[in-house]
Amino acid sequence: MTAAATPALTVKDMRKRFGALEVLKGISVTANDGDVISILGSSGSGKSTFLRCINLLETPDAGDVSVAGELIKMRRRGDGTAEPADRRQVDRIRSELGMVFQNFNLWSHLTVLENLMEAPVHVQKRPRAECADEARALLAKVGIADKWNYYPAHLSGGQQQRAAIARALAMRPKVMLFDEPTSALDPELVGEVLRVMRALAEEGRTMLVVTHEMGFARDVSTRVMFLHQGLVEAEGEPDALFSGATSERFRQFISKERG
Amino acid sequence: MDWDFAATTFWRLMAALPLTLEVWFLSVVLGGLIAAGVVWMRVSGSRPLEILARAYVAIFRGTPLLIQLFLVYYGLASLPAVRHSILWPVLRDPLYCGVLALGLCTAGYQAEIFRGALLAVPHGAGEAAKACGMSGLLMFRRIVFPIALRHALPAYSTEMISMVKATALVSLITLWDVLSVALKIRNDTLVTYLPLILAGAIYFTINYILGAAFLSLERRLSPHLRARPS
Repeated sequence: MTAAATPALTVKDMRKRFGALEVLKGISVTANDGDVISILGSSGSGKSTFLRCINLLETPDAGDVSVAGELIKMRRRGDGTAEPADRRQVDRIRSELGMVFQNFNLWSHLTVLENLMEAPVHVQKRPRAECADEARALLAKVGIADKWNYYPAHLSGGQQQRAAIARALAMRPKVMLFDEPTSALDPELVGEVLRVMRALAEEGRTMLVVTHEMGFARDVSTRVMFLHQGLVEAEGEPDALFSGATSERFRQFISKERG
Repeated sequence: MDWDFAATTFWRLMAALPLTLEVWFLSVVLGGLIAAGVVWMRVSGSRPLEILARAYVAIFRGTPLLIQLFLVYYGLASLPAVRHSILWPVLRDPLYCGVLALGLCTAGYQAEIFRGALLAVPHGAGEAAKACGMSGLLMFRRIVFPIALRHALPAYSTEMISMVKATALVSLITLWDVLSVALKIRNDTLVTYLPLILAGAIYFTINYILGAAFLSLERRLSPHLRARPS
């Protein structure tokens, strides 16, 4: 069964251009249940765009995305650009992919608890009481149970990001997508967010993480992808990759990232 | 001072207040509905609709309300097509003409207030809603509109207050609102100050209450802008 199991997420040959600039030149990835894949690359390598194309926050020009075996159906417009064939399918699949943003993107007019309950109640139509209980449990898990009644503006950056992670988890997602989750944080707040992410990895969550945190990529991920100019320049288990056997560019990249 | 005269004047003015409030209420509701359509056209992404919306705002913000009012009340009635249309029973009535003119005008202002409020909604709030699987409509109803409404309230309350004062113009199209009653008393008695000052005080009181109501609504809807709970 294990070998034949459907991957949680597969992306085949994804391409994306912004005007004359080809940002993604054909990127593929397969994430099995429990995989933690770190996506590294210098700025402009296309790593964030790649992540945002997976849940169609950007529309990829080409490429197949499947979540738990279900292919997102795309079609061509008259001018040749791609668009989703079925918006409701996109909405449903997005609800199965938890997304964590660099700038948290919590809803400012709702309390932390309401942020966590909003989509489970209104998108998944689950009972309020059940969502509230689960939301409180998730807040405890990310260590901000006592802040349930706060508004996002009243939290530190690290607390906001942990709340945002809990909001994504409240949808019971099949895969978690992290888009540079610690890049907007003060250095002393990075650790608390990474600890939460590490705990998620350890409980077997399937995660794709665009990050600059070399320590996380090396110690926590099961696989590392290194993007360069819209292509996968190097890919493999972190130990092999970080030992420097594969790619000269990657060696240069990590020596630069370490400053 | 003649207290009897003052009391009589005051109560005659108060008797006209329901009409003033009726014109105000109907025109801001009508204006709100038109504004919703104009904003939708303005941000629709369709070039022709956007131009139409911009032209609407430019015209109704850029010309005197009094001209708009006269054009609706005297102008429309002079068109045979209007006199023979099914709308005539509505458009022959100065009340509805006043409501229509005021509504058309405030729509231009309200549209700009809402457009600014929409633009101020952080892009990330919408992205997070989409990423959770919200449809466009659900995202608008649950996330974008509530945030925009909070942005809009201060400017919106100013517009509501402006409109209370603007209703005084309907005194020029034969409606017996607070101002026209005051002018009538002045004409009949040749007493100028008292009726006008009392009328001004009534408008002031209505606007004071209105302003306080909006302020309290604003505070109730925006606890996130206040200090952190201790």
